[in-house]
Amino acid sequence: MKILVPTKRVPDPATTIRVLPDGTGIATDNVKWVVNPFCEIAIEEALRIKERQSPGEVVLVSIGEKTWQEQLRTGLAMGADRAILVVNDKPLDTLALARVLAKIAADEKPDLIMMGKQAIDDDSNQVGQMLAEMLGWPQATFASKVEIAGAKCTVTREVDGGLETVAFALPAVITSDLRLNEPRYASLPGIMKARKKELKEIAVDSLGVDLVPKLKIKELKAPAKRQAGRKVASVEELVAALHNEAKLI
Amino acid sequence: MGDVLVFAEYQHDHLPKATLVAINAALEMAKKRSGKAIAVVVGEGVDKLAGDAARYGVSKVVALESPALKNYLADAYTQAIAELAKSLGVETILATASAVGKDLFPRLAARLGAPMASDVVTINDDGTVIRPMYAGNVLATVELDGPVKVITVRATAFDAAKPADSVAPVEKVPAKIDPGACKMEFVSFNETKSDRPQLTEAQIVVSGGRGLKNGENFKIVLEPLVDELGAAMGASRAAVDAGFVPNDLQVGQTGKVVAPSLYVAVGISGAIQHLAGMKDSKVIVAINKDEEAPIFTVADYGLVADLFKAVPEMTAELKKLKHA
Repeated sequence: MKILVPTKRVPDPATTIRVLPDGTGIATDNVKWVVNPFCEIAIEEALRIKERQSPGEVVLVSIGEKTWQEQLRTGLAMGADRAILVVNDKPLDTLALARVLAKIAADEKPDLIMMGKQAIDDDSNQVGQMLAEMLGWPQATFASKVEIAGAKCTVTREVDGGLETVAFALPAVITSDLRLNEPRYASLPGIMKARKKELKEIAVDSLGVDLVPKLKIKELKAPAKRQAGRKVASVEELVAALHNEAKLI
Repeated sequence: MGDVLVFAEYQHDHLPKATLVAINAALEMAKKRSGKAIAVVVGEGVDKLAGDAARYGVSKVVALESPALKNYLADAYTQAIAELAKSLGVETILATASAVGKDLFPRLAARLGAPMASDVVTINDDGTVIRPMYAGNVLATVELDGPVKVITVRATAFDAAKPADSVAPVEKVPAKIDPGACKMEFVSFNETKSDRPQLTEAQIVVSGGRGLKNGENFKIVLEPLVDELGAAMGASRAAVDAGFVPNDLQVGQTGKVVAPSLYVAVGISGAIQHLAGMKDSKVIVAINKDEEAPIFTVADYGLVADLFKAVPEMTAELKKLKHA
């Protein structure tokens, strides 16, 4: 079982995000960069599937600047076998990202693509679904349980109002929701081993993929800040305020 | 002409508020782009639902039908809607960013080679739209280039469409689907049963956090307040991760986004990702024993108190008010 895991580098979720005064981007001076939390869950799931269905291979792929090597090494330290960094420093939209991943998938021929449901920076939640369509593969987004028996895969999905189960034959694209698993920490031997694992760089322009963005960000700004109201001293005062001032109850 | 096709999602036999929101956003988009709004109801035997959708001001409703569309499946629905969008020549395809909207629309965008903006909160006059990024800490104005554009809208950012004076015509269209390209199989839907209003539809939401300490306390401490208020119950990610309540109650960046008239946060510290899911609520009440908790920075009314004392007191106080 060969599993391809697209991953993204994002600001640590605890970082306070500030928009640059000219609205062209966010301030990155004090940002700590991490593997997108949903991607970590996807890496963990891929490793568990490989452990159950060995032999297998878990291949990470990122599309970003050379500095993204660091987060790929984190994934290798968790246990992934090798990594591909598609080196790119231009803004790409979700369609272009999916096209690049479709090209990598065509070359790598994985049995499964396991990825995060969304990156916590753009919050788009698009690339997995786009990739599935481009490859003509089934998709299961927001996965909370993945079962594989032979070439057949059954996925439980977190949807509005409950849990949905879908089934299909592999290959397919699955995107992870929060409760799919609890990602492992990289062990010290894992970190040592990761240094020697293959991390191949490919220039994005060498792939022959249409990269022209159709979705363009014109301006970023901070939303209007909500003003804090007042503290009430007791439950009685709270209920009275909701009744008399807010007139909600 | 900038016609808009709106995907009218349904639950069982009715159109939820989230769908009426999408219809309203489509009407606004059509007006700003000098086009018509057309609704599509997808499935098998959806005449009644199509008739319902026809009452909200759209120019036409298409009942797009096939036995292969009985249950929602991303690949079959993508094919069917893409073919319809092409034959209608619409400029924009729009849905609410529900679980189905989020799953289906990016796939549809890829099939049409169209750019997509997720979770749109504002439709501008100049062709751009505004969408949140970074858990709502950034608002991005984005432009979609190309003859077809795909959009999901955030349900809390638009009002629900109101019934119009006239009813639009319904056209039944058999869906064009290549069975060989339908590779997914629906197995089951395990629905969470509840007598309470749905989280994304409710006027009042009461959410509990890690401060409740366990699932039992959600039942004995929080639920009486929820029911006294006729509210929907929500939870923070911490409470869901700890297994106190099922995951479809999660309010936040990666859970449900809600904006009720009244949001009561109980024992919730107010992490960035939780605030992203509720900070557009009209009135926010926070009950927390830690007066430094970030939730107080967005609360209209903050009560620094032990929730195990304050919540039963509040329930009793509301009962008194009702009988006064």
